[in-house]
Amino acid sequence: MPTLTIDGKDVTVAQGTTVLQACEIAGIEVPRFCYHERLSIAGNCRMCLVEQEKAPKPIASCAMPAADNMVIHTNTPQVKKAREGVMEFLLINHPLDCPICDQGGECDLQDQSMAYGKGATRFHENKRAVKEKYMGPLIKTVMTRCIHCTRCVRFAEEVAGVEEIGAIGRGEHMEITTYLEQAMTSELSGNVIDLCPVGALTSKPYAFTARSWELEKVESVDVHDAVGSNIRVDFRGKEVMRVLPRLNEDVNQEWISDKTRFAYDGLKRGRLDRPYVRQDGRLREATWAEAFGAIAANVNGLPGAKIAAIAGDLADLEAMAALKDLMANLGSPHIDCRQDGARLDASVRASYLFNSTIAGIDKADALLIVGSNPRIEAPIVNARIRQRWLAGGFRIGVIGERPELTYDYDYLGAGPGTLGEVASGGHSFAEVLRGAQHPMIIVGQGALARADGAAVLAAARQIAETYGMIGDGWNGFNVLHTAASRVGGLDLGFVPGDGGLDVEGMLTGAQSGAVEVVYLLHADELDTSRLENAFVIYQGSHGDNGVKHADVILPGAAYTEKNATWINTEGRVQLGSRAVFPPGDAREDWTIVRALSEVLTGGKLPYDNLGALRRRIAGAVAHATAVGDVVPAEWGAFGQPGLLGDAPFASTVTQHYLTNPICRASTIMAECHAVIEPAQEGTGTHG
Amino acid sequence: MLADQDRIFTNLYGVHSPYLDGARARGDWDGTAALIANGQDWIITQVKESGLRGRGGAGFPTGLKMSFMPKESDGRPSYLVVNADEGEPGTCKDREIMRHDPHKLVEGCLVAGYAMRAVAAYIYIRGEFYREAETLQRAIDEAYGAGLIGDNACGTGYRFDVYLHRGMGAYICGEETALIESLEGKKGQPRLKPPFPANLGVWGCPTTVSNVESIAVIPAILRRGATWFSGIGRPNNTGTKLFCISGHVNKPCTVEEAMSIPLRELIDRHCGGVRGGWDNLLAVIPGGSSVPLLPKQICDDVLMDFDALKAVQSGLGTAAVIVMDKSTDIVKAVARLSKFYMHESCGQCTPCREGTGWMWRVMNRLVRGEAEVPEIDLLQEVTRQVEGHTICALGDAAAWPIQGLIRHFRPELEARIAAFKSAQVQAA
Repeated sequence: MPTLTIDGKDVTVAQGTTVLQACEIAGIEVPRFCYHERLSIAGNCRMCLVEQEKAPKPIASCAMPAADNMVIHTNTPQVKKAREGVMEFLLINHPLDCPICDQGGECDLQDQSMAYGKGATRFHENKRAVKEKYMGPLIKTVMTRCIHCTRCVRFAEEVAGVEEIGAIGRGEHMEITTYLEQAMTSELSGNVIDLCPVGALTSKPYAFTARSWELEKVESVDVHDAVGSNIRVDFRGKEVMRVLPRLNEDVNQEWISDKTRFAYDGLKRGRLDRPYVRQDGRLREATWAEAFGAIAANVNGLPGAKIAAIAGDLADLEAMAALKDLMANLGSPHIDCRQDGARLDASVRASYLFNSTIAGIDKADALLIVGSNPRIEAPIVNARIRQRWLAGGFRIGVIGERPELTYDYDYLGAGPGTLGEVASGGHSFAEVLRGAQHPMIIVGQGALARADGAAVLAAARQIAETYGMIGDGWNGFNVLHTAASRVGGLDLGFVPGDGGLDVEGMLTGAQSGAVEVVYLLHADELDTSRLENAFVIYQGSHGDNGVKHADVILPGAAYTEKNATWINTEGRVQLGSRAVFPPGDAREDWTIVRALSEVLTGGKLPYDNLGALRRRIAGAVAHATAVGDVVPAEWGAFGQPGLLGDAPFASTVTQHYLTNPICRASTIMAECHAVIEPAQEGTGTHG
Repeated sequence: MLADQDRIFTNLYGVHSPYLDGARARGDWDGTAALIANGQDWIITQVKESGLRGRGGAGFPTGLKMSFMPKESDGRPSYLVVNADEGEPGTCKDREIMRHDPHKLVEGCLVAGYAMRAVAAYIYIRGEFYREAETLQRAIDEAYGAGLIGDNACGTGYRFDVYLHRGMGAYICGEETALIESLEGKKGQPRLKPPFPANLGVWGCPTTVSNVESIAVIPAILRRGATWFSGIGRPNNTGTKLFCISGHVNKPCTVEEAMSIPLRELIDRHCGGVRGGWDNLLAVIPGGSSVPLLPKQICDDVLMDFDALKAVQSGLGTAAVIVMDKSTDIVKAVARLSKFYMHESCGQCTPCREGTGWMWRVMNRLVRGEAEVPEIDLLQEVTRQVEGHTICALGDAAAWPIQGLIRHFRPELEARIAAFKSAQVQAA
């Protein structure tokens, strides 16, 4: 624990702390451009120079380890001069086009030049101009503005795990570019926009649409995967202008995936902004009263056993709770939130959670991935795995597809056969798991959404129990979900009751006539053609797959348009906030269900406001009030030991950029799908 | 003047065979096993006592540097890296060693490598030195063949390998940490220090990077004794030194001389004097392009060693003496050096990347006189903003020649500005 003196103040810091960090602990601001907490130290901007007594030259505080008896000065004339000098050098070739720069108002260079720069220029030569570089559909480049801090290079190499950004050329001809000016093939590429301290890398979709200071901001939660990345939604009037990450060490640190960041234009396209009713085979615009009337006409008098409800991937907890209550009031046991048919067991909470938590990955020392491609199913989790892998001492085995991940792994096999071998100890990777202190397993939906899913789950449980993944303070059994709604639905018990049908049963029942009314709540990833014979109520935000055979459409709200609760794959309860109002006649989802309940015989729900509904949820799901936290789940028996199939595991996500109605409505995601996904598939020689 | 029997590099001009037979005839590889048998501490003590200072330019005591290497391995091997990327303009001494006396270097690698408990030496040779690399490689192969290095080096039981690695021609790769990066196959950019190479060098292992000449003289020091070496030159500036004299002298040459020889004697005795006589001398850059130049009045009696040149605000550097007579456009000469540093800046850190270009542009205008007088002060200030603020010493090297020019030739700069202005007025 070295103790050093900074500006006359004694500070004791942990071993390995840098002088810059020590200054921060002492409450002294040190300007910097290249330094970033989560990236390796480059020490190249030279902005953080401070004076160290007995040192012949000013030192780069970001790179200098704090040592005992160091005497640091950050406010001497020498330091001021050094900073002014560096700032002057940074500005001489910087275009100073702040009025037309999207970074304006949130630019490190702008801010720090106000604080540490000189008022006027002494540089009378021509400025350098640098050609723009193509970096794909998401990142706009104005490379003349680049100050060569190499944050983007280090991010690509260290966090994203794709060595695709680098510096070419030397001296003042040094240029940052992607390899052969191709799009960066990372699901996390947008983070370089946040990292860039100047306007060299900015958001292409956001370009010239708004100035940062005219935006209103709300803190919310992402729903494009089951990670629940913490986000900030910036909006102006009734339009979402951009989505940015919010710091949460336990979830997304400060990264978000490109889908989280850029799918927002899907919120403005293909929206359902009024109710529709099918009449003579065609959907026509309707009023809420007409839509509810049509539903009442078809539902009232029908036995509950003929009514079914499916909650899709983007359904929020409140809406699912209200729909579950409604279905119960109508006497229907046919409810299911496992749209993809995953054989998850809602009765044991630990069986469907990412129990070790995302931050827990840091602690693990061996990992078995079963039927999952974390890179496209949950890029943030993948980045965390890579972060752990980089630290060393972390063996990873994969059963299932052979994806291009951002870390090395032992490929064990393609299907349940290998899983069985590992479970029975007959596989060499079993020794790796056995030798580990904190082994973990990640089971993906690709291993569960299949006929033998329950047997796979049982085999995974056996592995967890055999290899010491379940112990004091550590639960290494993890299910990685792909849908934001799933854990919430399972927590609520949005699964078939006694004699109830699951999704597959409902679809079959709809074909045979056993089920006459199907209520789709934000459910689009289904084979809706099988619902042709049923009376289909679709409630959702987009005119996507779910509306194709709908008889009544109830326009709901997207995640930026409602105050709603989301429970992520870890079981972490998080609150999403409304940024803008739903378009047109669309309403927050639970209110639609509540209003509809009035017109259905015996359906009326007993709550009139969000608070009452949340109290009702808390009564059923106690941990739903523990916002921000993960309540650890009790271990128990789950899964059905049985015959494992032969079919290899395949990820349920095949098109990363097109997984839900919002993405599918987004032109940016369509472009990413066209440009980046083929690049990731490799060359033709891969077959 | 250095007596012939005190010369270390007795085949500097390639009169004799550079290979093993010739080297043995010159006394190389004679009793190397006995030197090694004296142990690591003895070797390092001898080098320390000899007062040998690094011959690559910075003049850091070589024995002290060797002693920084870990005495006991923590599991990582130690390496000796020889900096043979001789790129400093005006310098051509390591080249002569490698093409005419390569066994001195190979033997030095073994002895010095043994002293610092290194398992191998990597000689990073400048890419343009194609023939030199051939000769050196042959010498290494000969040494392996004769059992002088390899599994059982000189029969001592010590295993020591020597590898030759050819660079690709970037000046910055002569900076020790950039050299390490380049050796590892990365872009040649200097690393931050600390950690220093002795802790974390090539491939993350303890490493000492030394100049060719520093390593090549060590066997001779051990054979003849530290006191012999320290008896040459002045205290703190001891031993023999290769000087490379180029420019406006009658006979440019590389010569081994005693440290602290007067500059004038060096030029007059070995180079046939300044072209047109001593009085025709304008200025001398005494230690390679990085050090500030000296005008004639200083050159008259300055001694060629680390401390004497430092006292006149210059430096010994690589002892590459660039002589300029009165026909030289001194501003243009320094501007050309500025261009060199701009071209060779790696671009990693801000002051050097931006400052070298700025300095060159102002220098370029000063050559024509197309500037204002206050811009001389501006230029001076820019050099101060670069100097000492960069990751490596290239920024300093870019700044010092200009500082030297302004220090000694400010009237010349002002005269050019005035001449340019009056020409403008006449033209109008």
